Amino acid sequence: MSKLTLTRRALLISGVASGVLMGTNLAAMGETPPGVLVVGQIAEPKALDPAAVTAVNDFRILMNVYDGLVRYKSGTLEVEPALAQSWTISEDGKTYTFKLRDGVKFHDGSPFDAEAVVFNFQRMLDDTHPYHHTGPFPLAFFFSSVDKVEATDATTVTFTLKEPYAPFLSNLAYPTGLIVSPTAVKKFDKDFGRNPVGTGPFVFKEWRPNEAVVVEGNPDYWDTPTTLKAVIFRPITDANTRVAEMLAGGIDLMVEVPPVALKEFQNASYHLVEQAGPHLWFLILNCASGPFKDKRVRQAANYAINKEALVNDVLEGTATVAAGPTPAAFAWAHDDSLQPYPYDPEKAKALIKEAGAEGAEVVFYVTDGGSGMLDPVPMGTAIQADLKAVGLNAKIETFEWNTFLGKVNPGLDANGAHVDMAEMAWMTNDPDTLPYLALRTDAWPDKGGFNSGYYSNPEVDKLLNEARTSTDQAKRAELYKKMQVIVHDDAPWVFVANWKQNAVSNDKVSDFTLQPSFFLLLKDVKKA
Amino acid sequence: MGGYILKRLLLAIPVIFGITVIVFLIMAMIPGDPATAILGSYATPDNVAKINRDLGLDKPLVTRYFIWLWNMLHGDFGTSFSLNRPVIDEVLERFNNTLILAGTSFVMCTVLGIIAGSISAARQYGFADKAITFVVLLGISIPSFFLGMMMILFFAVDLRWLPVSGMYAIYGGGDLPDLIRHLTMPALALAVVATGVVARLSRSAMLEVLRQDFIRTARAKGVGEGRVIWGHALRAAMVSIIPVLGIQAGFVLSGAVYIEIVFQWPGIGRMLVDAILQRDILLVQGGVVFVAACYVIFNIIVDVAQSLLDPRIKT
Repeated sequence: MSKLTLTRRALLISGVASGVLMGTNLAAMGETPPGVLVVGQIAEPKALDPAAVTAVNDFRILMNVYDGLVRYKSGTLEVEPALAQSWTISEDGKTYTFKLRDGVKFHDGSPFDAEAVVFNFQRMLDDTHPYHHTGPFPLAFFFSSVDKVEATDATTVTFTLKEPYAPFLSNLAYPTGLIVSPTAVKKFDKDFGRNPVGTGPFVFKEWRPNEAVVVEGNPDYWDTPTTLKAVIFRPITDANTRVAEMLAGGIDLMVEVPPVALKEFQNASYHLVEQAGPHLWFLILNCASGPFKDKRVRQAANYAINKEALVNDVLEGTATVAAGPTPAAFAWAHDDSLQPYPYDPEKAKALIKEAGAEGAEVVFYVTDGGSGMLDPVPMGTAIQADLKAVGLNAKIETFEWNTFLGKVNPGLDANGAHVDMAEMAWMTNDPDTLPYLALRTDAWPDKGGFNSGYYSNPEVDKLLNEARTSTDQAKRAELYKKMQVIVHDDAPWVFVANWKQNAVSNDKVSDFTLQPSFFLLLKDVKKA
Repeated sequence: MGGYILKRLLLAIPVIFGITVIVFLIMAMIPGDPATAILGSYATPDNVAKINRDLGLDKPLVTRYFIWLWNMLHGDFGTSFSLNRPVIDEVLERFNNTLILAGTSFVMCTVLGIIAGSISAARQYGFADKAITFVVLLGISIPSFFLGMMMILFFAVDLRWLPVSGMYAIYGGGDLPDLIRHLTMPALALAVVATGVVARLSRSAMLEVLRQDFIRTARAKGVGEGRVIWGHALRAAMVSIIPVLGIQAGFVLSGAVYIEIVFQWPGIGRMLVDAILQRDILLVQGGVVFVAACYVIFNIIVDVAQSLLDPRIKT
């Protein structure tokens, strides 16, 4: 073999290779045709069985393939009819009777009726149901208050609750309450999650693992059908790569744009939309021991932290300052008169001095990521600096998300450790959820709740218990507003931010909006 | 030769067994559990206990290990809870994708590295040697994930010559040219460091061989310079290059983790990272054991190849 032939061969090979590359370039790089929308997802979905999944990422697909009995009215967190045309609630708040929409069919042609609804809830809730093994159903507890589900006639379903439970309707609007085709569950059994069949505006077409989930427009949809031919959901786990795909035209729409990448999209070629949601980013303060046992020091922390700066500088405007424990997105239950603690380091210093906590050391748990945690490390560092300025020395300890939850959820004084404060974020679908699970005395970690900072106020407990059992929305609103005022003053948390979810689309996409529920609804979107 | 191979294979058994113990213990010891990962904010003790029961995680550690091992010996790697499909399906599919990427990179780094190293050695201290050395040092010094990101920005976002990420076009792709276009950037980014290492070591191996008597004899006999370098010298130098290639193969496989994340290549490295973050115990364990077994087998192949080239090694 001589040197010359090798070189010739190498040239030939590289020539052919680059020919293949360039030649196919233009043709295959051609963008998707009109009516086909490519959505950048943040991860591969786990399954497309609404009862079996928990991730917002999966919900984004599910909400387009299935319908629930009720749904959130566009732009709000208030329920309106969907597969159920109407409903009545009994005097004692324990019996819900739904009148179902007539003539609706699942994508596989089987009829949607009362029996189908009963099948759905029994599959999730009844351990002895023949298809219960198609689970596990981790969020089944959303409906744990349900005692019985019965089909009164073909279009009437009655739910009997064990006790009055006001969030029941809004839980039905949550993805866990979406209705699947019983025929398809029986046919696919444990593989139903990969062969989803619902009644929604899009019909499932195919799932190429780690590549794409494809759904097509449903022309027979009971509500106005979509004009889109198809939606392709692409999992792209790395945020930088997702941004690059958006810039290169590989995807038409992406959610959760990283704050640092926002300015790439602030021009005429893109539409950037944002929407504040039912999210709260806060610091849990240890109300049982350490300097934060004193309410004045807790209030001081609220005064000391410059929330405007966090929201504008660290989060680049992707959040708003939180006023209290209930996000403003729950418009009907939010006390609009409640003002955020102003940034007032002098007042903070005075309060700390009064409490005799000057120069105290506080242990501060920070996470490096996690659902709804935004930019937890830079936020933690900025908070540390603000506290330092008023005389509190925060010692940061950083943990990976699941490790972090494993340390914070059991309580800040659990297992002999002592932690003074920890970052936390929640996204909920009802104003009941977060305070009920994280602020009541009966929600201390040893009692099975998330009150990791051991806050306790009997008045708050009473208000929350009352609000949960009342079915009158106006009455509930009043109780939640009272609760917010008390919690705001007691300051068991530092109320920091409400996340504004954002999304960006290219200029071929129109009529796309985000919902306060953070669900991704694509039915009315158009793509040129 | 048969005995040598058999001996190496038998020695591999305790190694793989040890790996199953280690990966099982690590997954059992890291804080955070699958139930918390599934439930997130809703991980109350009651809900966690129920999920653990559903996943069979409520049994004692030792029992769980032996159930896992026993099932695995019967070819059952279990079901991934985060992907809701059999671990073995996912692992094989992902590993296949990684092999395409790492294999291409490995061929690139072998061919380019040996050619560059040999030219360097043949033209020691000449212009070609200096130019190659410069480029090689540059290549070794750039972290592959950074190089990958820069390549994306330049070739995909600015020039739009190549797709940003993925393995096939999302719409109307799926053929070989489509695969090649998706493969070019990640394979190149992954190959750069390994190419540099192979080139440097090939250069020194060749230099050593070129000083030996048989090369002088060949030249004195009138054999052409091309034949001396590529025929005689390279063949002799391969004995010291092949073990380096074995190590580089491992390097390329492990480096694939970063590259797979940057380019969203659906390979096993990205799968493992996702699985660890999700605490998908069975998927992590199955994936690690599978990759480790492949690595062990690959090393045996390299050693056998080496002993074929150099009979002195066979013992």
